[in-house]
Amino acid sequence: MALKIIVCAKQVPDTNEIKIDPVKNTLIREGVPSILNHDDANALEEALKIKDMYPDTHITVITMGPPQAKDMLIECMAMGADEGILASDRALGGSDTWATSNALSAVIEKIGEYDIIFAGRQAIDGDTAQVGPQIAEKLGIPQVTYVTEFEMDKNMKDITVKRALEDGYEVIKIQTPCMLTAIKELNNPRYMTVGGIFEACKKEIPTWGAKDLGVDPVKEVGLDASPTNVFRSFTPAPKGKGIMIEADSNQEAAQKLLINLKAKHVI
Amino acid sequence: MAIVVIKDKCKGCKLCIKACPFGAIDMIGKLAEINEKCTACKQCIPACPFDAIEDTEANAEAVDLSAYKHIWVYAEQRGGKMMNVALELIGEGYRLSREISDDTKVCAVLVGDKVDHLAKECFEYGADAVYLMEDPNLKNFTTDGYTKAMVDACKEYKPEIVIFGATHIGRDLAPRVAARLNTGLTADCTRLDVRVSTYIDYAKKNTTLDTSSLDENDPSTGLKQTRPAFGGNLMATIICPKTRPQMSTVRPGVMQKREPVPGATGEIIKVAVDVKESDIRTKVVEIVKSAKELVSLTDAEIICSGGRGLGDASGFDLIKKLADKVGGVVGSSRAAVDSGWIDHSHQVGQTGTTVKPKIYFACGISGAIQHLAGMQSSDIIVAINKDPDAPIFEVADYGIVGDLYKVIPQIIEEWDNAEKLYDASTK
Repeated sequence: MALKIIVCAKQVPDTNEIKIDPVKNTLIREGVPSILNHDDANALEEALKIKDMYPDTHITVITMGPPQAKDMLIECMAMGADEGILASDRALGGSDTWATSNALSAVIEKIGEYDIIFAGRQAIDGDTAQVGPQIAEKLGIPQVTYVTEFEMDKNMKDITVKRALEDGYEVIKIQTPCMLTAIKELNNPRYMTVGGIFEACKKEIPTWGAKDLGVDPVKEVGLDASPTNVFRSFTPAPKGKGIMIEADSNQEAAQKLLINLKAKHVI
Repeated sequence: MAIVVIKDKCKGCKLCIKACPFGAIDMIGKLAEINEKCTACKQCIPACPFDAIEDTEANAEAVDLSAYKHIWVYAEQRGGKMMNVALELIGEGYRLSREISDDTKVCAVLVGDKVDHLAKECFEYGADAVYLMEDPNLKNFTTDGYTKAMVDACKEYKPEIVIFGATHIGRDLAPRVAARLNTGLTADCTRLDVRVSTYIDYAKKNTTLDTSSLDENDPSTGLKQTRPAFGGNLMATIICPKTRPQMSTVRPGVMQKREPVPGATGEIIKVAVDVKESDIRTKVVEIVKSAKELVSLTDAEIICSGGRGLGDASGFDLIKKLADKVGGVVGSSRAAVDSGWIDHSHQVGQTGTTVKPKIYFACGISGAIQHLAGMQSSDIIVAINKDPDAPIFEVADYGIVGDLYKVIPQIIEEWDNAEKLYDASTK
C-alpha cells in the first residue's frame, strides 16, 4: 500500500531582511524576498525521506496564500514533492488561525485519503504554531508537535517520534493517520535539483477557492469568520541611547564600565 | 438560519426583497420568508420599516458572552512540579481580574494525577480558586487527554479568559482547546490588558502607537492581547470580540509573579474528569530530562552572550570565563547558533528565549531586531562591539567600541576591584 503524505507549507517574507519605514512605522515589504518557511522545509524533507525509502509514496504539498505562493509550491516539487495544491481566494483573506485551519482542513478533506500530515511547527512571520494542531483538531486526528526524530514501523502504521521539550524530550508512539509538526532539529532539508526544477515547472498547480472547498466565507473562513481580529498594530519604541564609554585603553574602558555598574547598584 | 422574519411584525411590504442582494427572500402568501440563498449579510434588517427581521445569532451571542466569568490560568505542572510560568500567569491573572471587576476571580487550573499538593502554591501566589482535575489517565501530558479535560471544564464552568504558558506543552494544548471550543487564541503574548486606560498607558510608554483614537473612559474589558510578529519587527494587539473564552498563550519570563503569601488558601473545586484510556491516541513511552548543561536563561540575573563577532566557536570559552567570573550564564545570538558554535538552548531572541536579567552583556552581537526582541527589557545592557555603528548600541545602556578579545579579559581582571574603583571615583 502506497503511503499518502500531505505537507502543509507557507510562503513567508524573509524576516531577517525586513525593515521598518521609520516615518510610517510600517513594514517595508518591497524587495523583501519570499521564501519557503523554514520549519515547513523540515516537514517536507521528512516526507521526502520516507519517499526515498518507499518510492511509491505520494507527497502533496498544500498551502493557502496569494497566487504567487505557487512559486513556493514549484520549489517544493523541485525538491521532490509529487503535487502542489494552492488554496487561494479573496474570501480566504484575513483568516486567523481558526479560519485558516478550516480552509486547510477542507483542502485535505477534498484530497481525501492520507496517512501522515507533516507541517512546520510555526511560520516565521506570525510565529503562532497554532495552524498545525488546529488542522488536526478539525480533522479529528491525533498530533505530535515539536518533532525532532521520526521512525516508522514496516507495517506503515506505527510511528515513534521524539518530541522536544524545553528541558529534554519525550518519546511518543502514535499511529496513522496523524499530524506531526517539525522543528529544524528534525533534519536538513535538501536542495532543489535542476531536473526537479525542470519537471516541477511543467506541472499544473490546481487553485481551489472557497466554493471549491465548500467553506462558508461568513462563518468558516476569511476576516469576518475569524474569532480574533487585529485591534491595533505598531512598532516597539526604541530604547533611548545609552552612554558610549570613551577610554584610552581597554583596561580603562573596563574600569569605567564597572564604576558605572557599581553606581547603578546593579553589581 | 441566522436571519429570520418575525411573522407577527411583517406587513408584506416587500422592501426587504428589494434590499436583498442575493434574491434570498421570497413572499409566501403575504409574508416574507428567508430562503437558502441567504448569506446573513444583514442588508435586509435596516431595510425593514417594521423591525420584522432579526439576526438571531447576534442576540444569542450577546447573551452568551455575559455568561462567561473569571480568569483561568492553566497551571502547568510536569512530573508533579509546578512550572515557573504558571506562577507568573497567576500573578498576571490576579492583576487582570481586579481590573475587570471586584467579583472576578483568578483561578488556577491543575490537570494531572495526584497534583492536589500544588494547590497550596497556587493560592500563595495569588489564585482565588483552584480547579482540580485529577485522573490516572492524566498522569503525563497528552494532547488528547488534556484537551478533553480542559474543553469539558470550559464548557461546564464558562471562564471568560483562559491563559496558558507558551511552553512546548501550552502551545500544543491551547490550539486544540481553542479549536474545539470554536474560539480565538492569540499566541505567545508579551502583554495583556483589559482596561482601555491601562492599555493606553502601556502604549504611550512603550510603543509608537497613536492612542488618540482610544477613549480612556471606555468601560469595556475585552482582553487586549499584545504580541510580537515578523520577528519582533511589528507588534500587534489582538482582540476576540465575538466568542468566549478569550484565550492566549503567554511567553514565559515576561509576566510578574506576586510576592507569595505563606499559608494563603482558597476554594478548591474538584472537577469530574471523563477521560478514558481509549480517548488518548498517543502513548508517552518515556520522558527524558536533557543531560546537557541546564541553561536557565529566564532565571539568570546576569547573562553573557556572544554573537557572530566572536569569529569562531572557541570564542565561547572567553564568554564562559566572563560568565563564571560575574556569576552569570552563557547566552548567544541566533547567528552563533546557526553557525554551529553553540547549542540552540543558549539562544536569546525571538526564536530563542526571552530574557530580562539585571545585566546583559552583548559581546560581538550586532543587534538584529529578532535578537533585540528577546533581550531589550533587560535592566542594563552592556554592548561590546568592534563596529561603532552596530544597532546593538542603540539599545545599550553602556557601549564599548573595541575588540572583545581585549576588553573582556580586562573586565574579568577588574571585576573584583569594582568596589574600590567606585570608591576612588567618588572621592
